[in-house]
Amino acid sequence: MTAETTTADAGSSFKLMEWILTTDHKRIGILYLIGSMAAFIVAGLMALLIRIEQASPGPGIMDSPDQYNSWLYFHGAAMILAFLIPGLTGFAANYFLPLMIGARDVAFPRINAFSVWLFYGAIILALLSFVIPDAPDIMWTGYPPYSVTSPGNTAFYVFTVHLLGFSSVLGAVNFLVTVIYMRAPGIGWNKLNIFVWTTIAALGLQLVFIPVLASAVTMLLFDKYLGTHFFNPAQGGDVLLYQNLFWFYSHPAVYVIFLPAVGILFDIVATMGKNRVFNYKACVYGGIGGIMLITGEVWVHHLYVAGMPDWLRIGQMVTTLLISIPVGLIVISMWGTLYKASITYNTAMMYAASCFFLVLLGGLTGIPLALTVVTVHLSETSFVHAHFHFIMALFSAFALFGGIYYWFPKMFGRLADGPLATASFWINSIGVNVTFWPLFIIGVEGMPRRYPDYEMFPQFEPYHMVATVGAFMIALGMAMTIINWIWSAFKGPIAPENPWGSKSLEWTHAPNCPGPGNFPEDVVVDDDWSPYEYGRK
Amino acid sequence: MTKILSTIYGFACGLLLTGAARAEEGGELPDPAAGWDHLWREIIIDITIIGVVFGIAAIYMMIRYRAKNPNDVGSAPKLTKAQAIAWAMIPAAIFMADDFFLSAKGWTLWNVYRRVPDNAMEIKVTGYQWYWEFDYGDGVVTNELNVPVGQPVVLRMTSPDVIHSFFIPAYRVKEDVMPGRVTYIWINPRTPGTFISTCTEYCGTAHSGMYTNVNALVREEFDSWLVEAKAEAAEEAKG
Repeated sequence: MTAETTTADAGSSFKLMEWILTTDHKRIGILYLIGSMAAFIVAGLMALLIRIEQASPGPGIMDSPDQYNSWLYFHGAAMILAFLIPGLTGFAANYFLPLMIGARDVAFPRINAFSVWLFYGAIILALLSFVIPDAPDIMWTGYPPYSVTSPGNTAFYVFTVHLLGFSSVLGAVNFLVTVIYMRAPGIGWNKLNIFVWTTIAALGLQLVFIPVLASAVTMLLFDKYLGTHFFNPAQGGDVLLYQNLFWFYSHPAVYVIFLPAVGILFDIVATMGKNRVFNYKACVYGGIGGIMLITGEVWVHHLYVAGMPDWLRIGQMVTTLLISIPVGLIVISMWGTLYKASITYNTAMMYAASCFFLVLLGGLTGIPLALTVVTVHLSETSFVHAHFHFIMALFSAFALFGGIYYWFPKMFGRLADGPLATASFWINSIGVNVTFWPLFIIGVEGMPRRYPDYEMFPQFEPYHMVATVGAFMIALGMAMTIINWIWSAFKGPIAPENPWGSKSLEWTHAPNCPGPGNFPEDVVVDDDWSPYEYGRK
Repeated sequence: MTKILSTIYGFACGLLLTGAARAEEGGELPDPAAGWDHLWREIIIDITIIGVVFGIAAIYMMIRYRAKNPNDVGSAPKLTKAQAIAWAMIPAAIFMADDFFLSAKGWTLWNVYRRVPDNAMEIKVTGYQWYWEFDYGDGVVTNELNVPVGQPVVLRMTSPDVIHSFFIPAYRVKEDVMPGRVTYIWINPRTPGTFISTCTEYCGTAHSGMYTNVNALVREEFDSWLVEAKAEAAEEAKG
């Protein structure tokens, strides 16, 4: 294969058709980035509306509770399905995974292009819910019988899930084949970047569990529009069947989001600390492997108060708590990577540092929720809401933002670090704590989730008010962040090749803004090479 | 690091022993809500210790190991095979010990939550979009829940429309209420007073409006109310 590599200069002509018809994994990655950030912006605005409405009890800015419910639906569904999952397994995996393993593209580039356009189809379908008169109001979980009897348009939800699921399954097959068959000579399994491991773990989970979600929402569609009775007990169905199927996918989906974020974090910390990953094999086989092993046996912790049999609730309490073992191994590796490191602080490393505390806060508040009997009080309160925002939403989003800063010179040839980046980092970091700490507190006191109005608990108003102020801080911080990225992509200072002195292949072997084919020469690595071997000359 | 972790383990073992000692007491009817508060405090201590240890370790290392000059590289030694195994197995054993310790505690209290006392009074609860109905038998039906103090009460719950969830924060208890199944919770009201109950499973437009009062009445007050209400219901049935 001959290498045809050009370093794209910023002024090169932009051709729309080249982007629409592209099969280049890097351009597809950028398309995923644009699509998922668009979903993030709209879903983030919904969060802001929700927080404004909740700032005081009684009706505020909403026309009706139904409108509020459709904001909640869009916020949850879009943040998880159209921002976090495509941002981490679409954008980051597409752009960087082939570079990290020394491959010239993915195994099936045209299927890859099909995946990204399915994703855009799903985003358009999701956004259409703002213009149709009967917007879905069934939350991202879509529990029947409400989703069947709701006046909202459940079909939009179902078809959005179908498109995203189809896109993800194709992507999963594509990347698993790529990693198995297209690693450059010399890159053994124990030399992969942690990000590569976490990505294939996440995609492996997608491949196994998405079909279950797809069948669950399809049954929903049949019940609502074709008159079947899968979930209607009056006709012999069962309302809990859906919840079991839904969480059988959606608990692993938490790791589909969490794992790639962990991978990005390891790559940032090892690079900025110029240090090897602490206890690599324990992290990969014990940590990542352990999560994959246990994740399919814990879904009932989402149904602790749903009237499941007692033996099942207790059994899955134990399996849920045991997740602390693989997660603990990952955390020890992450902390150990700091030991005797030589850390340079920049925006990427600051986001990574923030993630250390987000993972502690989110992870440890999961421990009470793992206990069935404790959840009997905390389930569906804002304690749960704060917990999963810390561990899933904030941790993963911060890791992704850190990754964007880390890889910015690679993608655009320019640096995005600067005063605006630093200022927005601090506003974001403080904002998330101001928003979610009050929700922990009132959650324990009994504040339920998904409430537009809380006139029965007027004593919670100051807490909600503080949380709303925090939400505005995040909005400001994110606006500054996105403006900074757009400005830096075109006008930022030109970055040197390998600005962080990384040993990973995407920095050492590929130029900034790699052209088609990625590498000027075929990549071959030495026996003692590893992406984290900084002691070696 | 190992030292710190073994301290946590020691602390966990200590808690386990005190927990075992407490279980001996027993005697009168258990109060699930008080048990919940006790377990909650223990878990908060447990996770706070872990969080503080790891938090301080992270802050210390992030300050201590700043790059002195830009060309420095990290100097972490490569782990030997024995060290690598030890760094996986020892933390795993500690985490597992804490997991089983918490599981045992959680299971003990869970049994209290699920074992309805023999002398419990039964009230049927039905969740509708968007209100609650409480049925005391003999045609007595209310929209606020009245319970006598000092009397365990079991609520048998169902719904004809969609899934709701009956939550009384003051009693630290909730369970989903759904079509096709009857679920239950039991409470042990200790003090007279009015408490709030809410719906905590999303059920549509007026989900947040589906709250009501739980009135814990002293025994005599409750009895006289029930007698009166039954008489009224009987009269209505006749007329």
